[in-house]
Amino acid sequence: MDIFLQQVLNGLVLGSVYALVALGYTMVYGILGLINFAHGEVVMIGAMVALTVLNGLAGAAIGAPPQVVIAAALAAAIAVCMGLSFSIERVAYRPLRRAPRLAPLITAIGVSILLQNIAMLIWGRQYHTFPRLLPPTPHNIAGATITDLQIGIMVVCAVIMGGLLVLVQRTRLGRAMRATAENPTVAGLMGVNINRIISATFVIGAAMGAVAGVLVAANYSIAHYSMGFTLGLKAFTAAVLGGIGNLGGAMLGGLLLGLIESIGAGYIGDLTGGFLGSHYQDVFAFLVLITVLVFRPTGLMGERVAERA
Amino acid sequence: MGFWRQRVTAWKRDRRVLWLGYVLVALALALLPFAIDTTIGRTWVRVLDFALLYVMLALGLNIVVGFAGLLDLGYIAFYAVGAYTWALLASPQLGLHLPFWMILPLGAGLAALFGVLLGAPTLRLRGDYLAIVTLGFGEIIRIFLNNLDHPVNITNGPIGINRIDPISVVGFELTRTHEIFGITFSGAHLHYYVFLLAALASIFICIRLEDSRIGRAWIAIREDEIAAQSMGINTRNVKLLAFAMGATFGGVAGGLFSSFQGFVSPESFILLESIMVLCMVVLGGMGHVAGVVLGALLLATLPEVLRHTASPVQQQLFGEVILDPESLRMLLFGLALILVMLLRPAGLWPSPTRKREFADAERQATGRTGAAATG
Amino acid sequence: MDIERHGVTRRVLAAVCSVAVAAVLGACGKKEEQPATTDGTTSALERVVKIGHAGPLTGPIAHLGKDNENGVRLAIEEANAAGLVIGGEKIRFELISEDDEANPQKGTVVAQKLVDAKVAGVIGHLNSGTTIPASKIYHDAGIPQISPSATNVDYTHQGFKTAFRVMANDAQQGKVLGEYAVKKLGAKKIAVIDDRSAYGKGLADQFEAAAKTAGAQIITREFTDTTKTDFTAILTSIKGKRPDLIFYGGMDSQAGPMMKQIKNLGVRAIYLAGDGVQTTQFLTLAGPEGESAYASSPGVPLDKMPGGKEFAEKYQKRFNQPIQLYAPYAYDAMNAMIEAMKAADSVDPAKYLPALASIQYQGVTGLVQFDEKGDIKGGSISLYQVKNNKWEYLETVG
Repeated sequence: MDIFLQQVLNGLVLGSVYALVALGYTMVYGILGLINFAHGEVVMIGAMVALTVLNGLAGAAIGAPPQVVIAAALAAAIAVCMGLSFSIERVAYRPLRRAPRLAPLITAIGVSILLQNIAMLIWGRQYHTFPRLLPPTPHNIAGATITDLQIGIMVVCAVIMGGLLVLVQRTRLGRAMRATAENPTVAGLMGVNINRIISATFVIGAAMGAVAGVLVAANYSIAHYSMGFTLGLKAFTAAVLGGIGNLGGAMLGGLLLGLIESIGAGYIGDLTGGFLGSHYQDVFAFLVLITVLVFRPTGLMGERVAERA
Repeated sequence: MGFWRQRVTAWKRDRRVLWLGYVLVALALALLPFAIDTTIGRTWVRVLDFALLYVMLALGLNIVVGFAGLLDLGYIAFYAVGAYTWALLASPQLGLHLPFWMILPLGAGLAALFGVLLGAPTLRLRGDYLAIVTLGFGEIIRIFLNNLDHPVNITNGPIGINRIDPISVVGFELTRTHEIFGITFSGAHLHYYVFLLAALASIFICIRLEDSRIGRAWIAIREDEIAAQSMGINTRNVKLLAFAMGATFGGVAGGLFSSFQGFVSPESFILLESIMVLCMVVLGGMGHVAGVVLGALLLATLPEVLRHTASPVQQQLFGEVILDPESLRMLLFGLALILVMLLRPAGLWPSPTRKREFADAERQATGRTGAAATG
Repeated sequence: MDIERHGVTRRVLAAVCSVAVAAVLGACGKKEEQPATTDGTTSALERVVKIGHAGPLTGPIAHLGKDNENGVRLAIEEANAAGLVIGGEKIRFELISEDDEANPQKGTVVAQKLVDAKVAGVIGHLNSGTTIPASKIYHDAGIPQISPSATNVDYTHQGFKTAFRVMANDAQQGKVLGEYAVKKLGAKKIAVIDDRSAYGKGLADQFEAAAKTAGAQIITREFTDTTKTDFTAILTSIKGKRPDLIFYGGMDSQAGPMMKQIKNLGVRAIYLAGDGVQTTQFLTLAGPEGESAYASSPGVPLDKMPGGKEFAEKYQKRFNQPIQLYAPYAYDAMNAMIEAMKAADSVDPAKYLPALASIQYQGVTGLVQFDEKGDIKGGSISLYQVKNNKWEYLETVG
């Protein structure tokens, strides 16, 4: 039983991160109908910037308390990612808003390649060790172990997601975002500055991406210029699983995907008597996705998209 | 101006001029590898070989994405199916050595079957949902190829299959260097002709398809599925046909790839390859055969051109190599994708109708971008 | 309609123009290479010999590709500084390094490019998947190729006289590790993980076979892939089966995070891995959690070899970073090739190839000597354990 609980915990930690990144995809998709392929790279840049700041401050040895150092790193990562995402939208997506729908997809791929290679030039090709943010003391919960950092990841993710929901549902900006997602032309006529709202969406998504990047790098103590691609892909899958364009869906999809991967990889070998093994972990995830979509073609919570279709 | 145009139209009407044109083009294509070999090196013959394979792939994907409007992010899976069919049936791996005229249709057929297998459960899906399912499908195929070495060894897993038989006709093996009428043909040259024939056949089929009943049905579905359905088009069958047809092209190209390389491993069929082929289609001009061919040729050769020029150009400009050629190559490639799309959002060479539609949309400037995505 | 046609013509024209520009650029590139061969700063008697290197210089394992390139570069720079005279001519080596992106198709294009550039020999490629298809092209052109890191047995078993490797193949290393795990470390129940790369799978398969023969029980075989950093699911599953030893066939960049997760999950088992993990990178990535892990490396430890320690220092000084993984092998491969050229007193591939096949060269990784297939002969394998965040040499086996 403790093994099962452990797998659930593993899945929740992994899923929280997927969910946080998936929100970035889903927000942009909800408003623009665009798969922002470069989002994974923004996440990577977040991790890399934080790494540089952490190492820089540790190297400078100014004797600042660790909390301050971490806060500074996080702030820098968020600021850089926000600026980056803002410029990406302005340069690569905005001019194409009325273009055929696949055109921005290709620029997104171009941006992704560009960012990856710029990161390679800046931070080099090697894997970097991400400094320890919290001591790895394992806690015991009913036979399963979890570290402070992992608890931290889940808490941070929950807080950010909750904050985002409040933002979208309760604030003026949130209302403008929802209106733009519903119908940008009408929203524009109603006095919503669509360009600003779209920029805001990108910037908020990027901030969450930056946080996710730092958390992922800290959890696995590793950062590399190509780390964003796979993570982005998984998060995107999660967003679709939940129903892309829907915030709740992204969270649900992320957590679900984390659990499926964890439990799938943990038990598939035993269940099939060793015929299939943990190498089919991703197959399992994609099969669940396909099955869900066959029965609910708009994802688990994606009614709004269905209306539009 | 008017005078010249009249002369040109008169020329065009003349059948003799037309035939002369065909002969000249055929001659140029036949001599191309030799011209390349002697001027800029044999590497480029090989680059051209792969470019022709990409032409086939892009044309196949164009049927699915360009004609039928179904966004497919896992197209490379069919290439993989074709390649592995050939590899398994003509190599020491399973001890089978079937002749190419049996394997190639088999690979194409199998790819088509996989196309239907992918298409069937996804008929109800639209736009980006379809994209992620096809992406997943592509990954599933790759993961299976990478793992079917255990418990029973079929694909040899990540190690790949080596010593695959080349195309050979009565002992004439295409991978060897041959002397014919005193002219030396290397493997790269010989494959160029085979690939060229296959690519030309693909182009011909695509052009014919576009103007056929099925082609128009695809385009109708792309423009408005519900309207197409109410016009009496069996959308299910027509969509499945698009998947199957597109996959067939991939399967054939995969088989040819396998025989040319003599080695296949799952590394050749990663997601990035699917994305590359999609870029070729979109960059060239979705739905327009000539544009897609242009896109494929450009994107397949561009990284190689950059590879050859990145260092020397830097040396000339700055007197030293500041950025590694390989980083610069990918930087410029990413930049090129962005710039081309910003300057020509409908692709480098869009079809005339598509271009008009785009201009209309620009003029009206109404509606959300998403409307086009889901409509 | 007319306007439309006009537009098309214009676009065709534009396309033709851009192709022409590209061709001119390409031609410039060609021209640029030629003056470099008869550089003004060098004396008239000097002969430039081009050496090819190929490996992934972009993408997720670019750091390893660059590492190999650096190894070759160092050997070449030293040889140039020493001022070699071969065949009565002063020789200056020039390195042409190509990025094969770890993609088999690009691998053959790059190979052809090196052949076109008339290289005298090639050090590469890194992955077995690119090395094998490329080896045919080098073979057809008669150019000797030494791979510093491809471990797939098939590479040297194609009957190509031009294909060599200085790295023990999977079969050799896996066997030693399997026996060591059972006989020396006393493991009875073993869990095996591999990363589904050609390297990881090959090593894990051989390890599994050898461990079974030695009398251990393989209780589970788990898999991950080279892009993953989360191994908690498979590790938890392994934990439930209580193995004495976990064997990992894969690279350091994953073994590092894996080690941390093993400790966090409280899995108590000996950790053993191959040469892909016996790196300084692993030590920094795993941190204190890497303590007491075991790993092997072909050959004798670098600091025990004559010139080994100096090599590590030279490398650090020249490239301002520590050795990543296979640089010493790339360095030895290049030096062995140079040695063969000296022995044959020729840089002509056809002439020095026989000398290379029968070479006996004492490199920094051990004695470079090839068997009739081109595999390195009698590769001994050393074992190491992490103690105080350092790899400590244990013993040399085989």
